[in-house]
Amino acid sequence: MGGKHSLGMSRRGFMTMATGGAVALAASGGQSAAQPVRSNARIVIMGAGAGGASMANRLVRRLEGAQITVIDGRAEHWYQPGFTLIGAGLRPAGYAVTKTTDWLPQGIDFIADYVTEIDPDAHRVTTRGGQRIDYDYLIVASGTVLDWDAIEGFDMALVGPEHGISAHYASPEIAELSARALDRFTDMGGVGLFGRPATELKCAGAPVKMCFLAEDMADRKGTRERAQFIFNAQTDNLFGLGVVHHRVRQFMEERDIGYRFSHVLKAIDPATKVATFATPQGDVRTDYDFINVVPPQRAAPAIREAGLSDPERWVDQGWLHVDRNTLRHMRYPNIFGLGDINGVPRGKTAASVKWHLPVVEDHLIADMQGLEGTRQFCGYTSCPLITRVGRALLVEFNFTENLHQSFPGIVSPLEELWISWAMKVFALRPT
Amino acid sequence: MDMQEFTLGVMIAVFEEMFGRTLFWTMTGVAAAITAAWIFVLIRDRHVSWRKFLLAQLSMPVGAVAAVWFVLARTGSGLRHMGGPIDWLVMLGVAAAGAVGLALLVYVVQSLIWRPRASAPQRAPTAPGKETRTQVLTGA
Repeated sequence: MGGKHSLGMSRRGFMTMATGGAVALAASGGQSAAQPVRSNARIVIMGAGAGGASMANRLVRRLEGAQITVIDGRAEHWYQPGFTLIGAGLRPAGYAVTKTTDWLPQGIDFIADYVTEIDPDAHRVTTRGGQRIDYDYLIVASGTVLDWDAIEGFDMALVGPEHGISAHYASPEIAELSARALDRFTDMGGVGLFGRPATELKCAGAPVKMCFLAEDMADRKGTRERAQFIFNAQTDNLFGLGVVHHRVRQFMEERDIGYRFSHVLKAIDPATKVATFATPQGDVRTDYDFINVVPPQRAAPAIREAGLSDPERWVDQGWLHVDRNTLRHMRYPNIFGLGDINGVPRGKTAASVKWHLPVVEDHLIADMQGLEGTRQFCGYTSCPLITRVGRALLVEFNFTENLHQSFPGIVSPLEELWISWAMKVFALRPT
Repeated sequence: MDMQEFTLGVMIAVFEEMFGRTLFWTMTGVAAAITAAWIFVLIRDRHVSWRKFLLAQLSMPVGAVAAVWFVLARTGSGLRHMGGPIDWLVMLGVAAAGAVGLALLVYVVQSLIWRPRASAPQRAPTAPGKETRTQVLTGA
């Protein structure tokens, strides 16, 4: 933890102080953050991404005497909402990369390893290296696992301009290689395939954004007439929220972007550049010159093997079985879910993580005091849906089918705005 | 918590992201220095020189255009991306800031280069009648 660490933390600390007033005001029945709670509880946080790292910082400030352990094997912290920008060539790989330890506070234990086993009855996790850690409370913030093997014929080594394969979800470096593939495609033209998997996925709007950015890039380069764009939706809509689906459909029709419903990518043949889609009518094969592969996403095996997954919904994906309002596990009250791992409808986004944090913190600390937490998660998620370089829709919504508006009367969620683009590109990473 | 939590700390972080930390704080420093210099010359000269202010006003469109161009260049966008009233209002704000900023700079530079000739009598304690005459003589 060098200079960068202290710099990052001072900024985070400053910002948290700055936003603290607003958070406190927004709290309904929340407790004063100024009063540290004494506790000798052992808290294990599984994952040090946006959720895990933020929670560690919050708990260090709220608790006195608690033993907080953060477990994550990845040395790099990734700002994943930036992957779309990297994959479109608008930012370098380094834009999304910091050190995991940059974001962790002093006064916690950090184990640089992965949790491979959870025993919720014995209150114990085991790491890949064999280390066993007992807990009183477990916060699962392990994110999603990208199931690349589910796409037959796909190999990460094929990503790049040579094979016309993009896989920007994989990592910042792979996203940068994907940008080179997109750059070549928008130079040469041909058929570009885009789409999303049939599972839940983090930033469900990202495949649509990538399609729009690609079309805009070809338009800017003057190669638009040589390029064809086809978006493959996994179901009968282009976006889970009806009103936004129609807006996206309208943009696609206006910009001559083709779309197909109920087409789920199952295989690619890099040698012949043919993609195979599963459809209700059987497999459909489509030639491509460029393909943006977004794989199915699932919970980490440790979650599923421990029996912590929702037994009824998303059974092939294994998301954590939590109460959708309290984010507390349905059967193990000392386990909480944070971020993408949660089996809740709608968003797997960094925006949702921001809303999960105070809820989990409230219920966890109330439980330590023998009280009931009061905060409720409303399902908030946000998708700054980039429609071209310089424009975006700021789409926000929650468990209901209603649009949420942070700036009512000022920033319309269904209007292509420059300010929404500027917010996505400049305002979201620092906040 | 939602996107309405744009406090001062958050705004600073956003501007750091937009312009880069070094450039942002350099610009902030320059803006503060120009403002301080403007206040200094106002106190030193004890009046606003409308001749200098005229030239400063003429520079305002240049400042407005330059500021808008700079923000658009930093955000990789153009005027064709302005989509609704809020976009144009933000751009008007940027233009206004650029116009005022450059006007202050031009005024300050003139004041620092050409000190008012009759500044000495102005500073001296004067009778009310004399003060009126001095103001006329300085051509204010």
